[in-house]
Amino acid sequence: MDYTERLSNVTVLGAAGKMGSGILLLTSLEIADLMLKPENKDRHFVVNAVDVTSGALPGLMNYIRGQVLKAAEKKVVMLRKVYAGRKDLIENSDIIEAYINDVMNLIRPGTRIEAAYDSTLVFEAVSENAALKTKLFRQINENNPHKPWIFTNTSSVPIGGLDKDAGLEGRILGFHFYNPPAIQKLVELITIGTNPEGMKEFALQLAKNMRKVVVPSNDIAGFIGNGHFMRDALYALGEAGRLSAEMPMHEAIYAVNRVSQDYLMRPMGIFQLIDYVGVDVVRFIMNVMNPHMPGENLHSPVLDELFDKGIKGGQYSDGSQKDGFLKYEKGRPVAVYSIEKGEYTAAEGFAAKADAWLGSLPATAMPWKNLVKAADKDAMAALAFADYKKSGDKGALLALAYARRSREIGAKLVSDGVAHSAADVNTVLLTGFFHAYGPVNDFVL
Amino acid sequence: MIAGYNTISMGTGRKEFNPKKERPGLEHYMKEAGQATLAQIGGAGNVDEGVVGNFMASRFNKQAHLGAFMAMVDPGLRYKPSLRVEGACASGGLALVSGIKSVLSGSAEVVLAMGVEVQNTVKAIYGADILAGAGWFPRRKDGHAYFFPGQFSDRAGAYYEKIGREKARKAMARWYRNAIENARLCPTAQEFENKTADLEAQGLMEPNPKSFTDHLNVFDCSKVSDGASTIAIVSEEGLKRCGVALKDAVEVVGVGHAADDITALPEDLTRLNTIAFAAKEAMKSAGITVDQLATVETHDCFSIAGILGMEAIGLAAEGKGADFVLEGNTARDGKIPVNTTGGLIGWGHPTGATGVHQAVTIWEQLTGKAGAAQITIPADRPYGLTVNMGGDDRTVVAIVFKKTV
Repeated sequence: MDYTERLSNVTVLGAAGKMGSGILLLTSLEIADLMLKPENKDRHFVVNAVDVTSGALPGLMNYIRGQVLKAAEKKVVMLRKVYAGRKDLIENSDIIEAYINDVMNLIRPGTRIEAAYDSTLVFEAVSENAALKTKLFRQINENNPHKPWIFTNTSSVPIGGLDKDAGLEGRILGFHFYNPPAIQKLVELITIGTNPEGMKEFALQLAKNMRKVVVPSNDIAGFIGNGHFMRDALYALGEAGRLSAEMPMHEAIYAVNRVSQDYLMRPMGIFQLIDYVGVDVVRFIMNVMNPHMPGENLHSPVLDELFDKGIKGGQYSDGSQKDGFLKYEKGRPVAVYSIEKGEYTAAEGFAAKADAWLGSLPATAMPWKNLVKAADKDAMAALAFADYKKSGDKGALLALAYARRSREIGAKLVSDGVAHSAADVNTVLLTGFFHAYGPVNDFVL
Repeated sequence: MIAGYNTISMGTGRKEFNPKKERPGLEHYMKEAGQATLAQIGGAGNVDEGVVGNFMASRFNKQAHLGAFMAMVDPGLRYKPSLRVEGACASGGLALVSGIKSVLSGSAEVVLAMGVEVQNTVKAIYGADILAGAGWFPRRKDGHAYFFPGQFSDRAGAYYEKIGREKARKAMARWYRNAIENARLCPTAQEFENKTADLEAQGLMEPNPKSFTDHLNVFDCSKVSDGASTIAIVSEEGLKRCGVALKDAVEVVGVGHAADDITALPEDLTRLNTIAFAAKEAMKSAGITVDQLATVETHDCFSIAGILGMEAIGLAAEGKGADFVLEGNTARDGKIPVNTTGGLIGWGHPTGATGVHQAVTIWEQLTGKAGAAQITIPADRPYGLTVNMGGDDRTVVAIVFKKTV
């Protein structure tokens, strides 16, 4: 089965979710490109968009339509060539509308998993629940005569276990997009030894056509991205706990969040990132990973406590941030959750005191948005770390310790055999987390 | 002509411009420009006739019948003759020609001439469809997504073949630099706030055929603009009526107006024959030669059009337009300053308004009202020329103006 044939009937499971909708979009655009090639004019292509939440499907289709419109507007120079033979399509607006219709006509939204029984490729983006994934894969495998290949978007569940439990005979690999898939360039690719011939090559070709940067990861729970993020988050929680001996916990969370953003020059602080991903999701991923990590305890009682109190973070359907560790107004953190009091404490009441406690931020510590645009980001970041080493301020010391721990986590991912190289770890953090410099860098030592 | 006025050329580049927010429409720009000119000529009561140059309000704004907006500008214009004229991007020039003819015929002593266009109602990719109306529609299907950039990219490609790509690209980048540097001196210019340090390096950015055209980059192109310009065209009698001093007027001494077959392809992509014809006619009717011009406002919808325009006007010999620009002749301190407030690339290109904007700029320069953009007008060369082009060298209006005092 060649590349085109493999993509002739695709199902996206969990299509209405945050990740699934992006995967559906990228897949549909790629299949549309194939469909519109003259040599494929007599072929039939289908993308099944399956989600159990029927009410989410109209919104999904509106989202896809809007995104396809944007994609068409960007590539109309090329589309005019694609539709050159259609005499009825003259203006750009005609061509864009035709393209949208062609893409939308590919997609069959529905709630029934039976749609996947005819597919040759299945993308899975349901919740991070190994039992649910196994059940779905087994059901599809038993009813689909085409022996479909399954690409799971899991960010934490080992692929080999899913393969074995669902009886897939190696026809599964990890194809882990980052959120949001339409924007983020990174795909973590997790193959297993029993993958059939050509499966990895197909995945690489697909990722290339989707203009993604592929980083291979070995099949160890959490892979590279969450392997770093979860440990980074646990370190931050530990630091906040440690500092809470000197100040209230909410102030400690504020301080660590600020250090991880302003001092480490990252796009957002670690607690804001946990909120962005979702307190519940982070906790869940740790729970998935923990049994696979002998000698480590990937668990946080603080996350449990927040989860039990219904403080979950994540996003509203319009993309705005829900409150988690931090409370947000117009996307900016304005307060920190006080676990003891069970309420948010406005940052304006304590921020100045906490900032004074941290000390002054050296001028070499550039805002992330400036650093990320700099020509030599590593050299610029190194200047800030050189100043931290000279400074005795608590903020600088916390930043150094934090960056060194981040480096240690990255190095351990390599020594544990999760990542093939430190460069791969850095690529994941640079492209999947938008860091301005990779964690495995000597200037933090 | 007297009492010129330009609104801001609004669009990307201006701080006030936010594509996500609701923006002023045709009415706003027409009122601002119209009322500003009326205030300089003693009010609407002195006006005999109004003429509006506009290209595509019917599509950009779903609005036709622009002649009837003059009475909105000032109730004193109610029941006075008013019309809208159209000749693609030469619509503003046609408004001037129309007014000049009315004055010459004696049917009007004072004509309020206006040009207006509001284009930022749609994204550029749809605006390209609308602007393609300046070409022959049966040719649209085979044209580029960005139709006119595509047309002039073809002209640039032919010019590269003729004189060498490197020199042509350098001259186009110099044209861009001159445009932006001049625009920085004019507060109404769209690129007034442009802070780019190395403009020629920016102008030399390699064209990207995948996302745009083969031979032009975005810096080779004029702006997508909203704006209006007005000027009053008056007879000697009209000048007295308006109470405007002669020193504040410029004399129209020559006009060239030519149109070529829109269904025909250019005979030679490296020549702008209609511009050449109209400019020659304008100078012939003015009784002057190109050497007597102090300044020129030429239609640089694309940098290549500016360079080919130098050849067509006769400032440079055929194939020598790039050298002429690279030698610094068109810079504001050069032999003949061209597009002294930035032209279409630097000041902006509200298509239907451009011809009037060019006349306002020449009026400002010849009457000493150009502010920071003011150039010196040599006493032995008291003439300015405007060249306003519609479509791909299909309709051209060229006007020679003379300093009065």
